[in-house]
Formats: sequence, structure tokens, C-alpha cells
Amino acid sequence: MIRTLLSGDTPRSLPLALILGGILICLALAPFLFPGVRTVDTAARICIFIVLVASYDLLLGYGGIVSFAHTMFFGIGAYGVALASSHMGRGFDAIAVGAVTGALAAAALAFVIGLFSLRVRAIFFAMITLAVASAVAVLVSQLSGLTGGEDGLTFKTPRALGPAFKFGKEAFDGRLFGVKLNGKLLAYYFVFFGSFCLFLLMLRVVNSPFGRVLQAIRENDFRAESIGYRVVYYRVAATCLSAAIAALAGSLYAIWLRYVGPDTVLSMELMIDILLMVVIGGMGTLYGAVIGAVLFVMAQNYLQNLMGAAAELTSGLPVLPQLLNADRWLLWLGVLFILSVYFFPTGIVGRLRNTR
Amino acid sequence: MSAAPEHAPTMARLSLRDRIAPHMPVLLVPLLAIAGFLAIMNPASWLTLTVSGLAMGMMIFVMASGLTLVFGLMDVINFGHGAFVSVGAFVGISVLLALGHMTSAPSLFLNLGAILAAVTAAMLATGAMGWAFEKVIVAPVYGHHLKQILVTMGGLIVVEQLIIVFWGPEEIYFNRPETLKGAITFAGAAIEKYRLVAVAVGILVFVTMRWVLRRTKLGLIVRAGVENGEMVMAMGYNLRLVFVGVFLAGSALAGLGGVMWALYQEVITAHMGNHAMILIFIVVIIGGLGSVEGCFIGALLVGLMQNYIAFLEPKAALISNIALMVAILMWRPMGMIPVVKAK
Repeated sequence: MIRTLLSGDTPRSLPLALILGGILICLALAPFLFPGVRTVDTAARICIFIVLVASYDLLLGYGGIVSFAHTMFFGIGAYGVALASSHMGRGFDAIAVGAVTGALAAAALAFVIGLFSLRVRAIFFAMITLAVASAVAVLVSQLSGLTGGEDGLTFKTPRALGPAFKFGKEAFDGRLFGVKLNGKLLAYYFVFFGSFCLFLLMLRVVNSPFGRVLQAIRENDFRAESIGYRVVYYRVAATCLSAAIAALAGSLYAIWLRYVGPDTVLSMELMIDILLMVVIGGMGTLYGAVIGAVLFVMAQNYLQNLMGAAAELTSGLPVLPQLLNADRWLLWLGVLFILSVYFFPTGIVGRLRNTR
Repeated sequence: MSAAPEHAPTMARLSLRDRIAPHMPVLLVPLLAIAGFLAIMNPASWLTLTVSGLAMGMMIFVMASGLTLVFGLMDVINFGHGAFVSVGAFVGISVLLALGHMTSAPSLFLNLGAILAAVTAAMLATGAMGWAFEKVIVAPVYGHHLKQILVTMGGLIVVEQLIIVFWGPEEIYFNRPETLKGAITFAGAAIEKYRLVAVAVGILVFVTMRWVLRRTKLGLIVRAGVENGEMVMAMGYNLRLVFVGVFLAGSALAGLGGVMWALYQEVITAHMGNHAMILIFIVVIIGGLGSVEGCFIGALLVGLMQNYIAFLEPKAALISNIALMVAILMWRPMGMIPVVKAK
């Protein structure tokens, strides 16, 4: 049963299976295991980033295509929900319309960009996506009438997903294991199950014949073409699929935050974060996305404090405090990133699978 | 027996279209300028915009030329090229600020001296950095595009953060040297002096580069290397060494471009290289990856387009460059002057 659910792509390593199982349990029971606004927020972010990073891995790890527009697709999904909710009023219909429109728009845009760049050579794609993504980011902050500009949009999600909504008063006295049964809990599980389904869907895709062809193209595109697969079609299809899933992840993020803004969903920093998560977790396997996203989000939340403490400890020395400043953590991640591309191209998951 | 008919072959005359086609990219620049004139319909503002567009194009060309040459020669795509632009700007402007007594004096001679010192320092710094970058970051990932993109992107992040460590996260504002401030009036159009300098430097760099590539032995080796590297190595030339040299020169040019760009904007930030990268990529793609001439024409087109559109419809300026790129890729999918590889 589990094999079917995972589309036959099991972790193939005991430590990896244990870690993944642990992550799944922690995320599934997060509101009960770690009650607290901040920890539940972290758990929801992890869920969403797992989907986002996995959809990027679909492109980078399986297709061998580097894209810098993934946050753009993420943002399209987020803005889709935000715009639909603020124009149609709160309700699940607005969310559905926004998410579907966002996903379709992202796929259509990916289709156009893919047709232009991938038919010539795959590296064009990296450069063109970088240019288009930055143009879209500028456009979003300039069209303040539609998108709220730099301030972004705050909107209302359905009542059932807000903290004011209470349920289970009669049966459980409004509490279950000491956790308040309110709309925020429902919102968390909405995000969790949404992410879970999207992740399983992606596992299905990469282990289908389509996924195999993508891997073949990544390994040797010339040979794949000779065998009779139209490389461009497969690459464009992978781009569209990955864009649509990224947009759906963006919709989940917007539903969770009830806010969208250029800095939270469109920034270049976010794009770099995604790259780091994929590479550190492990390219070419979706489980790498899980490990990468969990590690990165945890590090983002807790490592910065540690670095701040280290900076204070070394405050007497020259330069070192600045290097250890909490704002400079991207520096160390960059170094880690380069080292992992050189020495662990398969990331943490590849390492774990090799040490059986 | 009659003599054989006189052999008089006639070559079909090429149609006008066929004769123009090879020169089309070059003609695009004046065509765009004329289109701009028709859209603006005001000679004075048109002249101002054209000069600033050319100046901007020249600066983008100086920054982008290294990237395109490095790609053409060794098939290395350097996403960290923007880091050289930032470092060049920071080093150059630090030198200019240190030479404050020379830049504030109203003497052209002293001002140019200060700028020359700044440019030399910036080019030395970025050249050295390019050499280190090539050795440490690029060398282990030859022949692997995906890894190159990832690793050089990582290098860009690290360098950007190091700039913040050394120079602080704030933007640095400064003034241009005294004699380069202000504008001259020509035919009713105000033209900033600095832009004329930028155009002159750009043309100088382009002409020198073309001369080196077309008229010297080194240029011959580089061009042959672009076309067929293995053959050149079989002839006994150390292409690896040539490549390191080209990488170093390209980085130094990016540094020069960074100083010029900084003087144009009169403000520097750690992310400026990242922003410049976007224009550089557009230029390199529409010019044809690996082609210096294509890069030059592409840069002029982008500069002119950006300035005309910014005047006519400010919000569409960035989109216009993307539109230009799309139009050119529809016309020639490999860029305007594609580099032919003998493989």
C-alpha cells in the first residue's frame, strides 16, 4: 500500500526512511506536538517549501534545466488567490478560482518562455528566466493599483480558516489534547494535506514513463533525441508542470499568510533559498527537497540566533564579528552551496543512500 | 564542325534582400534611432535620449564583452560576472573618494588623473579576482553547464556578502568629478558631459578589442579557439593559458564597466552587479552568445530602446527590453550574430 502511495520510489535507505518518517509525523501532528504560534507557523512554511522545492527539483534535478523564475510562478499563484479573494469576497470559491487561474497562468507563461529558449539550448533558459523574473518583480511593485505595490495585499480567507472560528464545543469542550480547536488549526491541516497531495502527485510524475524520459534527457539529450523522443516537448512539458505546481504552492502560502507582497513571494532572495534547499538536500530525488526544506527553514529560524551569539563572543576581534553577524548567514550558506556542488552533488539524500 | 559555344556563365544576381541580410544587425541600430525620432518628434529631446542611450549601451557592452568572449572560447557560462561589476565599482569609487582633493578641483587634468587611478585600481582588483575565480570556482566544473551555473551563482552570493562585510550594507552616494558634472548644449539639446565620455570609452574599448581579435596573433588563436578548440590545442597552443588570460581580461573589463556604471548612477550598492547582470544577459542573448560584434550591437539596441521607452512610457521600460529580446529571438533563434562552431 505504501509502495503504491509512493509510486514505487521508496527511500531505499534505513536512516533516510527513519528521518523522512520522523519529519512526516512531526509535520502531521505539529499543532499537537509543538503548540505555539511560531512553531506551527514554521511547520506550515516547511510544508509549503517542501512542495515548492520539490517542484523546482522536478525541473533542475530531473530535467537538468536551471530556472530563475521559480519564485515568479510561486508569486503568480499567491497573487492569484489574493486577487480573487479581494475581488470576489472571502470564500472557498474565490480560493479555488484564484488557485486554478494562477496555476494556468503560470503554466501558460512557462510554456511561452520554454518555447522561446529551450528550442535553442537549455542554458538560454537560465538567462531568460532571470531577466523575465526580475522584470515581473519590478512590474508587480509598479502596478500598485492592481497588486498593492511594495506594500502587497492583505485579504480575508474563508471564516472557517480564521482563528475566530471555533468548533467541537459540545464533543470536546473546544479543546483536544489541550489544543484549541479553531480555524487556524483547520488552516494548518488544509496546508498540510494540500502539500502532501501535491508531493505524492509529483512522486507519481517522476516515476512515470514521462519522468524516465526526462532523466534520460538530463543524462544525454542527444541520445534521447536519437531514440525518438522530442526533447523540446518533454522539456517544455516539465517546465509547465513545475510552474503549475509552484503556483499551487504559492496559493497555499497566500492562504496561510493571508497576505502577499513582492518581498515574501517574488524576491530574488527567495529564489536563492530554493536553489540552496535543492542542492543541499539532493538534486534528482524528491526526498532531497524534503530534507533540504526542513533543514533550511529550521536553520533560518534558529541558526541566525546562534550566529548572533557567536558574533557577540568574538566582538573583540577584527572583521570576525562582521563575518559572523546574523545578517551574514547567506555568506556561509553560499560557501556551503559551492562546496556541496563540488563534493556532494547528490546532496544529503545521495550520501545517506550510499552508506547502506 | 562548329566551335564549342563560348562559355559565359552568369551568376544569378543576389536579390536586394539577400544582399542586405548579412548586414541587417548593423542596420538595426540606425533603424531604431529613426523609429525613435518618429515616435518622439522633437529633435532636441531625441538627441539627448539618443546620446544617453548610446552611453548606456556602451557601458553595458564594456560589462558584457567579457562574458560573451568567455562563453565563446571555453563554453563557460559565468553567472557570477555581476560580482566583478560590483567589486570594480566599490574599489574604483573608494579610490575616487580617497582622492577627494583631486576630484573636487575644477581642473580637467586632475579629475581625469583621479578617474584613471580609480579605473586602474578597479581593473587590477577585478582582474586578480577573475584569476582567482577561474582557478577556484570555474576550473573544476569545465564542460558541465548545470554545475557552472550553480557554482558561479554561489560565487556571486559569496562575493556580494563579502562586499557588505567590508563596505557595509548601506548605499554609498558620491559626486562625479568637478569637470564632468553638468551638461553642454548642442543644437538645443542638453547632453551630459559624462555621457560623451562614456561613449568615447566604449568606442575605444570596442575598437581595441576588435583590433586585438582581428589583427594580432593572440586574437587569431582566440578566434580559432572559439571555432574549434581541440584543433588549436593539437597545433601546440596552450589554450588553457589563453583562456585564463581571456577570463582575466573579461573580469577587468567588467570592473571598468562597474566604475563607469557607478559614475553614471552616482550611487553604489552591493546588489548593483546583480541588477546589471539582467541587462548583460539580455544583451548577450540577443547578440548571439560568444560574438563580440553581436554583443556591441545588442548593447546599443538595448540602451537606445530603454531610453526611448522610458521617455515615452516610463513603466514599460524594463518590459521593452524583454520584448526586444523576444522579437530578436523570433527572428534569429541563436541571436543576431550566431557563433558557428566547427564540431
